[in-house]
Formats: sequence, structure tokens, C-alpha cells
Amino acid sequence: MKTLMKGLVLSLALVLGAGPALADTIKIGVAGAHSGDLASYGLPAVNAAKLVAEKVNAQGGVNGMMVEVQAEDDQCKPEMATNAATKLVSDKATVIIGHICSGATKAALPIYKAANLVVMSPSATNPPLTKSGEFPNFFRTIATDDEQGPALAAFAANKLNLKKVAIIHDKGDYGKGVAEFCKAAMEKAGKVKVVLFEGIGADQVDYAAVIQKIKQAGAEGVVYGGYHPGASKLISQMRKKKIAIPFLTDEGVQGPDFLKLAGNDAEGAYATGLIDVSGNAMYKAAAEAHQKAFGTAETGLFFAQAYAATQSLLNAIDKAKSTKYEDIMKALHTETADTCLGKIKFNAQGDAQAEGVGFSVYQVKNGKWELNK
Amino acid sequence: MEYFLELFFGGLTRGSIYALIALGYTMVYGIIELINFAHGEIYMIGAFTGLIVAGVLTAMGFPALAILAVALVVAVVYCSAYGYTMEKIAYKPLRGANRLSPLISAIGMSIFLQNYVLLAQTPNFLPFPNLIGEFEFMEDYAHILGSANLVIILVTAAAMVALTLFIKYTRMGRAMRATAQNRKMAMLLGVNVDAVISLTFIIGSSLAAIGGVLIACHTGQINITIGFIAGIKAFTAAVLGGVGSIPGAMLGALVLGFTESFATGYISSDYEDVFAFGLLVLILIFRPSGLLGKAPTQKV
Repeated sequence: MKTLMKGLVLSLALVLGAGPALADTIKIGVAGAHSGDLASYGLPAVNAAKLVAEKVNAQGGVNGMMVEVQAEDDQCKPEMATNAATKLVSDKATVIIGHICSGATKAALPIYKAANLVVMSPSATNPPLTKSGEFPNFFRTIATDDEQGPALAAFAANKLNLKKVAIIHDKGDYGKGVAEFCKAAMEKAGKVKVVLFEGIGADQVDYAAVIQKIKQAGAEGVVYGGYHPGASKLISQMRKKKIAIPFLTDEGVQGPDFLKLAGNDAEGAYATGLIDVSGNAMYKAAAEAHQKAFGTAETGLFFAQAYAATQSLLNAIDKAKSTKYEDIMKALHTETADTCLGKIKFNAQGDAQAEGVGFSVYQVKNGKWELNK
Repeated sequence: MEYFLELFFGGLTRGSIYALIALGYTMVYGIIELINFAHGEIYMIGAFTGLIVAGVLTAMGFPALAILAVALVVAVVYCSAYGYTMEKIAYKPLRGANRLSPLISAIGMSIFLQNYVLLAQTPNFLPFPNLIGEFEFMEDYAHILGSANLVIILVTAAAMVALTLFIKYTRMGRAMRATAQNRKMAMLLGVNVDAVISLTFIIGSSLAAIGGVLIACHTGQINITIGFIAGIKAFTAAVLGGVGSIPGAMLGALVLGFTESFATGYISSDYEDVFAFGLLVLILIFRPSGLLGKAPTQKV
């Protein structure tokens, strides 16, 4: 009986031990929101990683190793992100794509750092994640929040020739950040004078007082930092009060929801948005593969960024001819990867430099966001 | 001077929006001394009902004002049913319990209704059509006061007057006052207390429904959290004016609206809540029962 038990335990241990991560596969851990409110932010990244893996495997893998994808859900919640990270580390993931939200990424990064894993996010835009230098193992294929403010400032000064603007924000981390970077850039360039800088509650029912203040200050344009609910209320109430000055805002607003909420009042509004890569040949091929695999060519948010991140990581592994942390790190910093965002190089901090990474300015024309050339 | 006037009307707009919601709060409190936290949710349901009705009728090609009228009627009926049912389920069984129990029950009801709409409808913001439209005679004044704001101000004032008259001069109003003063005694004298309380909730919910539809016309968007946010401000207004007092709710809401507007205009909107709630604290220090509230009489 005793020997039987021993045998059972032994065979169980063998079965369990043999399950995850065969030595000759590259396991890409994809962590992010795959359920809950923000699932639409995270699921496209899983699809992107799977499509790249499929394509690479069909061509014989990387350095003779097959690529597999393991998805872990964090619902964009920091406490779940640490669980997902621990799971991926113990399942011996080779590299990580993720996480999706900045807060969740920040919570998970120390775990990956301790385990010597390279992490690449397609969507976490909080500047200190790379710029603090705290996490040398962290990379990203998206431009950071602090690049939007200067982009808006340059657009207001050079394209719209505004002399005086009011900068309004929603008092949130994201909106206030954009507003402050925009203000700093305007003050540095000296072409545009910031006549008003104020925060308003995005959930307030009425903005009459602040709108009168914008008018009183003689602003020739308004820059709004925040998300679509606040932006659409502000622009609608401004237009109702017959204030027709240009309205500039950020990527948190640049989407279909703003057009729906503000309706006709949205017409003519400007916003920074991610550079459109739909013309890139590699992206077109990816969208076609997406159509075949998932039945739609609508790839979703951050798909291109996640696709490029997967390509960059596999490229680094390929060039390094190794799956060791040090080798991948070195390859990421020295090699150039050909991706659907263009040729990507990473700077010393880990931010991707490519023609498809950054912001352009869009304008609402006939109820649609169009690239402002 | 013109700037002052513009800020004045901005404050009036905000104040009347708060007042319209605060009236329902204060009325329920006045009769059964319950702070009905789910009042904001009824307001939100009113807005959603209005949106659904407006969607259907717009598709059928009705004119805007007719849609507004139908939306208001449907929202009032629907929300009254909600208010009535809510009272029967969540508050009536707790009528004899200590005062904290119905309060917790009200908070529970609020969370329940919010999540119910979240599941049944959507967590996203939805655009709400401006059913009130822009009046021609308001064209020259549109830069200081919108047409929707004018309607909200008039409706709030009318509701306040009608409620005051109803409570002062009708038979049912007298029964309400009697119930408010001493429920047991009123019952002994033949007042149908259950009916009085039900009616209170129906009237309160109707006001919330009207508020939901009209205010959504002004803001142009709704989602499941509007009730909670508006509820907090309206509740503050009711406390400021003296909770339980109907003219007090109106006055408190206007004071709150003006404070926010002038604080934004002359200082900074970053601090509007600081000033609004600072004022609340100040008033409660000097008048603990609010501007028009009656100090509770000690029953010896």
C-alpha cells in the first residue's frame, strides 16, 4: 500500500511537472484587462500576440523554438495585476506583453523585475514608468502622456496661430497631466499666453461660470485635458453660449464616444490621437489575418501597439539567439525591429522610437475624426 | 457688471438644478424623517426612461415638444411606481426599527438600483437629445441663460409653490403634516398613515422623474452615476436650507449654486467645492437646523 501511494505521488508530480513550459518553446505572457469594464482595452493585445505567434510558428518559429501565448487577466486592477504577474513568473514565461493600464503595470513591475523578465506594454502611457529609471526591464510601444501637451501647444501656436488660450482640465491624473505639460510647453515657447488655467469637475451638471470666465479672460482657444464625458459637456455648453473659439483636447477624448455625446457641437474640435498606422503594409497584413481568425477587420484599441511589441520582442530573441534576460535586454537596446509601427528602436529608458509611435492632431469633420494635415 | 450678471445666471442655473432634486429629498424627510439616498437613483431612472421614450418617439417622427410631454408623463408614472414599490419593500418593514436601519436600507436600495440599471442598460455615457430646444425669444439672451435652464428654473419654482400650497391647504396635505408631527396620534385619529407615506414617495419620485428628464436635456448626456452625484449636491442643498423645509430646499440650492458660481468666477473653479462645503459648515455652526429649518422641539 505504501509503495502504491509513493508511486501515485511520484507519477502525479511527474505529470504536474511536465505540464507547463517545455524547454524549447518561447512563452509570451500577455497580461491585461481581459474581462470587466475595460476588457476592450486588453483583449486586442491577446489577439495580436496570438496572430504574431501563429505567423512566426508557420515559418518555423524563432531560432527553432515555437512561440506560445499565455493570457492572464488583471481587469486593470493593481491587486489582480500582481496575481497575474506571479502566475506568469511561476509558469516560466519568457517575456511579457503588458500590462494594459498604467496603474496595474506599476503594481506588477517589481515582480517581473525580481524575476528578471522583460516587460513590454502596448498601452501604459504614464511617463514615470520608463522615465523614472526604476524599471530597466520595462519597455513600451506607445507614446507617453507628456508628449501630448507639447503636441497640443505646438499645434495651437503654429497651426492655429492662437495668442491667448484658456487651459481647462478635469482635475484627474490624466487630464491634469496633459494640461500641465501643455502649459509648460506654451510658456517655454512663449508664443501663446495662457490666460486661464483651471480644473472643473467632470461630473458637474453645469459649466456656465467657467465658460463666462473663459470669455472674460479673452481666450482665443480652449485646451481641455480629460476624458470624453467632461469634454462633450464643456464644448456643448460653450457652443450654446455662442462661444465659437477653437477647442483642442487630448487622446482621452479622441474617439467615437465624444462624437456621439457632443453631436453637432463636436464639429471642428481638434484632438491629439495616436498616429494612424492603417497605411502600413505590415499592419494591413495583420488586419487581414485578424479578419480570417476572428471574423472582423476591426482590430480594436492598442492592437497595432501590441502587435509591434510582440514583433519587437521576438526580433530581439531572434537576434540575441537566446532567451536569457541579459541577452534580450541587450538586443532590445541595440537592434532595430521591423514592425507594423515602422522600424522600432528603443531609447535608453525603454520608450519606442518609430514613425508610428507618437501623436498627430485630428479634427472633427462631418461627424468623423479626420487627420489634420 | 455684465460679468457679475453672467455669473449670477450661471449660479441660478446650477441652483435650480440642485433645487429640483432637493425638493424630493426634503419632502420625504419632512414626512417620515428618512434620508432617502435612493432618491438620486430614481432621478437617474427618470432620465433613462425619458431617453428610451424619446428614442422611440423620435423614430416615429413626433415633434420635440410632444416628445418632451410624453417623456415626462411616462417617466413620472414609471418612477412613481418605483418610488411606491421601493417604500413598500425597503422602508415599510423597517418603520418600527431604530433610525439607522432604514438609512442603511436606503443606501442598499441606491446601490441596488444603480447596478440594476448598469446590467439592464449600459455603463457607458449616452447622449440625451435636447427635447426642450432653443426658444426664439431667448435667442438674444442665449449667451447668459439657455432655454433649458429657463424651463428648469420655472418648473422648480412652480413645483415649490404647488407643493407648499398642497401641504398647507389640502386635506391630504393636512394628513401629511399630522403624520409628520406624530405618526401614532395621526393613526389613532383615523389618518391612513400608510397611504400618506406612499403618496409622499409618489410625489417625491415624480419630482425626481421630472428633474431627470429636464436636467438631462440641459447636460446632454446621462449614465448610471448621475443620480449619485446629483444626489450628494441636492442633499447638501437640502441640509443647507433646513432638511424638511420645502422653501428651505429651494433657498439652500440657490445659495449653493451662487456660491459655486461666484467662487469659480472670482477665485477659481479648482476651489468651488471647498467654498460650497465651507459655507455649509459655517451655516450649520450658526444655524444647526439649516437656513429655514425649524429647531426640533423637545417633547417633554
